[in-house]
Amino acid sequence: MATMHPIPVSAKGHTRRLRGLIRKEFLQIIRDPSSIAIAFVMPVVLLLLFGYGVSLNAMHVPVAVVLEKPGPDAYGFAARLQGSVYFRPVMMTTMHQAQRALMRRRVDGIVALRSSFARDLTQPGGASIEVILNGVDANNARLVSGYVQNAWEGWAAQRAAEAGRPTPFSVRIDQRVWFNSEVRSRNFLVPGLIAVIMTLIGALLTALVVAREWERGTMEALLVTPVRLPELLLGKLIPYYLLGMGGMALSVLMAVFVFHVPLRGSVGFLFLASSLFLLAALGMGMLISTVTKNQFVAGQVAIITTFLPAFILSGFIFDISSMPRVIQIITHVLAARYFVSILHTIFLAGDVWPVLWPNTLALVVMVIIFLGLTRRKSRKRLE
Amino acid sequence: MSAASAISPITSATDILELKNVSKRFHIGKREVRALEAVSFVMQPGAVTGLIGPDGAGKTTLMRLVAGLLCPDGGEIRVLGIDAAKDPQSIQSSIGYMPQRFGLYEDLTVQENLDLYADLQGVLPGDRLKRYEDLMRMTNLGAFRGRLAGRLSGGMKQKLGLACALVRGPRLILLDEPTVGVDPVSRRELWAIVYRLVENQGVSVLLSTAYLDEAQRCRDVVLMSEGRILHQGPPSQFTQPLTGRTFQMHVPGITKRSLMRELGGRPEVVDAVIIGDDVRVVLSRAPEAQKQVTAAFSGAVLVAVPPRFEDSFVDTLRVGKGEPPPTPSAKPAAVLPAAPVAIVKTIVPPPKAAGAVIEVKNLTKQFGAFYAVHDISFSVAPGKIFGLLGANGAGKSTTFRMLCGLLPISGGMLRVAGHDLRTARAAARGRVGYMSQKFSLYGNLSVMENLRFFASAYGLMGRNRSRRIDEVLGEFGLSAVADMNSGGLPLGFKQRLALAAALMHKPDILFLDEPTSGVDPLARREFWHRINALVDAGVTIMVTTHFMEEAEYCDELAIMAAGRILSMGTPAQIRHSAATPANTNPTMEDAFINLIESAQRKAA
Repeated sequence: MATMHPIPVSAKGHTRRLRGLIRKEFLQIIRDPSSIAIAFVMPVVLLLLFGYGVSLNAMHVPVAVVLEKPGPDAYGFAARLQGSVYFRPVMMTTMHQAQRALMRRRVDGIVALRSSFARDLTQPGGASIEVILNGVDANNARLVSGYVQNAWEGWAAQRAAEAGRPTPFSVRIDQRVWFNSEVRSRNFLVPGLIAVIMTLIGALLTALVVAREWERGTMEALLVTPVRLPELLLGKLIPYYLLGMGGMALSVLMAVFVFHVPLRGSVGFLFLASSLFLLAALGMGMLISTVTKNQFVAGQVAIITTFLPAFILSGFIFDISSMPRVIQIITHVLAARYFVSILHTIFLAGDVWPVLWPNTLALVVMVIIFLGLTRRKSRKRLE
Repeated sequence: MSAASAISPITSATDILELKNVSKRFHIGKREVRALEAVSFVMQPGAVTGLIGPDGAGKTTLMRLVAGLLCPDGGEIRVLGIDAAKDPQSIQSSIGYMPQRFGLYEDLTVQENLDLYADLQGVLPGDRLKRYEDLMRMTNLGAFRGRLAGRLSGGMKQKLGLACALVRGPRLILLDEPTVGVDPVSRRELWAIVYRLVENQGVSVLLSTAYLDEAQRCRDVVLMSEGRILHQGPPSQFTQPLTGRTFQMHVPGITKRSLMRELGGRPEVVDAVIIGDDVRVVLSRAPEAQKQVTAAFSGAVLVAVPPRFEDSFVDTLRVGKGEPPPTPSAKPAAVLPAAPVAIVKTIVPPPKAAGAVIEVKNLTKQFGAFYAVHDISFSVAPGKIFGLLGANGAGKSTTFRMLCGLLPISGGMLRVAGHDLRTARAAARGRVGYMSQKFSLYGNLSVMENLRFFASAYGLMGRNRSRRIDEVLGEFGLSAVADMNSGGLPLGFKQRLALAAALMHKPDILFLDEPTSGVDPLARREFWHRINALVDAGVTIMVTTHFMEEAEYCDELAIMAAGRILSMGTPAQIRHSAATPANTNPTMEDAFINLIESAQRKAA
């Protein structure tokens, strides 16, 4: 029969216990396909979806071009629209026909040149172009209206130059776009998306795995060992920090090499800011599961309190400064807001310290709050 | 093997574990649950102390208090001389604890689980090899070190959980219901390990269990019920007052079921249960009790049998010291004689067909490569109780789900009430009542609302529905709690409500899946009285259980293990099949262990 007298406890207890917990966590990650899926498959899917599928630019908008009385002037203008990447003109001869097409959503707008167009051009009052837009998507309508305006001004300037007359406008806009000179919405979306992905990895994954320990009764067994509370927390924090940074690295590589988003700031600072944000997200996830102790509830709470706000209120898609005042104030409690701002700056503008430092500081505060709350809410007890 | 040379000598009993006036309350919503009430006891060092009582007695709460996982509302707990309220960490660092679900990581292998706990317990790498070897030899898990813990059988999981709790060799081990739902062979193995620990290393073990028959295996027993300690002492002390009061009884010309019912109504009888072909009676303390019983039944044969631990539990609770049991879950005893009679009146007569009501031939269920049920055949005659006996994972519930048409079959044939469930499910189901393991009640609906729902689900409408609900409220003694939420009821009431719901449409076949699991012995007796009354009225009963003694209620039973039927017959036949020169009167558990072991020998 075995001898079972108590054997001396190792002096390096802390590191040994922590190492044991971390090894266990990694074994579980490797054997559970769902955590791998959340950490590595989801970022790829989301990035592909948003990188290729979603665009905030209006391109190849179908518009009906109504020429009631064809002539050289009308054709000249129509050709201008046809040459633009923004439009896909459909030629029509009656207004009635165009209106029907708009009703049936075959076109998103109507550009009509009335029969008096050519005659009015020579009159002192000038000619008018009628533009009717489908306003259901207000954003799109505004974009199309701007493009038509542009096309019209370009055409008028060109026509004047050909005739050797001065341009009909006294003020000209000399426009340059900084930071995202090609005005590609992808350059704006992809860095923001990284913040959303990191929220998901950080908060959802930890919320689920800590709650799982409670549900399966393993936490109860862990508690009745020499293990200390900080070791238990670090034993979750470290593995998922590493996993999250792996997902982060994957996302950044995809952003730069697949979507060709410029990365103008320093990689070192990106690493620091991502680490801080990830710690805040992990802290949030642990806090959620410590309080709920139930995988299903923890998952729901994590999605509603971290992922959805990061999606909607972080400035990832919707501009914060155009939100109502109350909502703007609310966005300040979201870690994702600061991280999105940091990511946009680092990727597109570079190391603009006056933007980066305040946001980084806010992340530090978030990390302290969430990890501190988790530490305070965790007990080596069941109640 | 050497003795426990390194253990520091224990100077006094209070060194190990002492509870003084401990109380603990929980708040569930607005309700306050008194889990423990003024609990005091001192644990004997170097022995197995059994914490015994039905579900809800407060065993797990007590274990968790001792482990420092809960904080007592009042009183004092000292574990190994440490105050549990002040320094739980020190206690947690020095004891071994196996919670109810063993605390294993199912996606880690046996070895990885051991490594984790060795790391957490601070076992030095140099000491590990020898320790692992010892533990593997003790638990016989050596061959499975690379297997995922989730793929182990219930008995193996339990032994691995124990090995993990023992990895550093603690002086005190807490085992919370380690034997529940585990087959008898594994149960016996676990006890052997525990005994060896105690004898060779002087370890003190506090073990909780809901199986009253395990009391006999403990040096010291703490009997709990409803958050209080009823009595503490060696098991013999419990059964001693019952000496000369326990008999096996047989009366020619009276069936065992009606004999049990009649005995149950007599004042001088404390307890009457069916055992094989006889009725086992516990008589009251009155000196003329035996004479009265013999006089009441002409030709009665009474054979004296040794008292069991359960007898003392029933005796304490039913007659006790004259005081009625504190809460409603003990009340059923009072309704006992009246209720079954009422049921007899309302049940429709059985179908005239004489053949088997349930017929199963070569039934098989596969999940991938795994056979949950492997080629089983049996048939059940009308008006009989047929039991499936086996440990968790033996295939009982799978068989049940297929019979009820809840699970498609992989092979074979089955007919219930003359219907093939694959082609005529609705028709067959109308004649079948089903009471599932967890009672399937809506916890946040009242008793009344639950009954209304189930009545409607069975197609009862309007006046018929209200009449039937009134009937079952009366029959099952549920009128008083009709407006209470079913989730807050004691387990015994939930069980009655579930049975009432299953009988709503007056089925002539009743499926009961682990109906008495976790219910205290009194409620269990009351339940079987009802079932017996149903059988007398012609209802056919099919039941699964892992309580060996419950198998005695069945007319015929099949013992299952690993998806197969190992043996089938009347309880007496099965018991007698295990008889050896050394053991002429084997129990059902002996027979079960015998069957499983010979099956394992055949396989090897």
